[in-house]
Amino acid sequence: MAEDTFKEDKLVDTRGQLCPMPVIAAKLAANVLASGKVLKLLASDPGSLADVPAWAESCGYHLLKQEKGNGVFTFWVKKG
Amino acid sequence: MTTAINLPKEVLEQYEQLHVQSHKDTEVKRLAIVASKGSLDMAYPALILATTGAAMGWEASVFFTFYGLDVVNKKKYRKLQVAPLANPAAPVPIPNILGAIPGMTWMATRMMKFMFKRSNVPSIEQMLQLCNQLGVKLVGCSTTMGVMGVKQEDLLDGVSVEGAAAFLHYASKAQVTLFV
Repeated sequence: MAEDTFKEDKLVDTRGQLCPMPVIAAKLAANVLASGKVLKLLASDPGSLADVPAWAESCGYHLLKQEKGNGVFTFWVKKG
Repeated sequence: MTTAINLPKEVLEQYEQLHVQSHKDTEVKRLAIVASKGSLDMAYPALILATTGAAMGWEASVFFTFYGLDVVNKKKYRKLQVAPLANPAAPVPIPNILGAIPGMTWMATRMMKFMFKRSNVPSIEQMLQLCNQLGVKLVGCSTTMGVMGVKQEDLLDGVSVEGAAAFLHYASKAQVTLFV
């Protein structure tokens, strides 16, 4: 896989929402994704920077990459 | 400006070995919460933690006891309130004694609901729907129901009725137990 581009299978946009909505929206989306598929998650809640890696680890998912820019956090998570 | 944080292959592999593999070896984690308060501000922490636990792939259960039972009472869950009286951190910043004036609880409740809505925080009703969607187990305390005259049909659909022994049995197998 290329270093910085991951093609997502599903995009979840939680910008403007606070904890716990980023991980809850991500989980509801991940539930209907097949194993190995990639979820792209957008969040603006500063807590998500700590929450999303913790959530991914807890679910056994792989956090492929995270990006920060203009107050938006972007995460690429592969379903384990 | 966008800053990319790339995780090198070795880090990803190490991550997988340390966390993903070890996760697969362990059984599903469990969260057990007692919700004992029936005010708007105290209903949120229990529901937020329970839905988050479920979203993390954990088994999550909330045992609603005493005033906490109002949170799953059909007639009451939409009308939870926050009181400014004896609450120095209340959303209406007034001298505390004024909290006793009729209408102040109503005002504080309206203000808190407005603040939640403005911040896109789900309502209690929406949090309960999320509990349903994520498979959070909601349990009403049978003793509270007996004392307060609450019947099973007064509780929201899907809420089961159990006693202290059943909760403790469940909690004894939980990694995280919280009393709210």
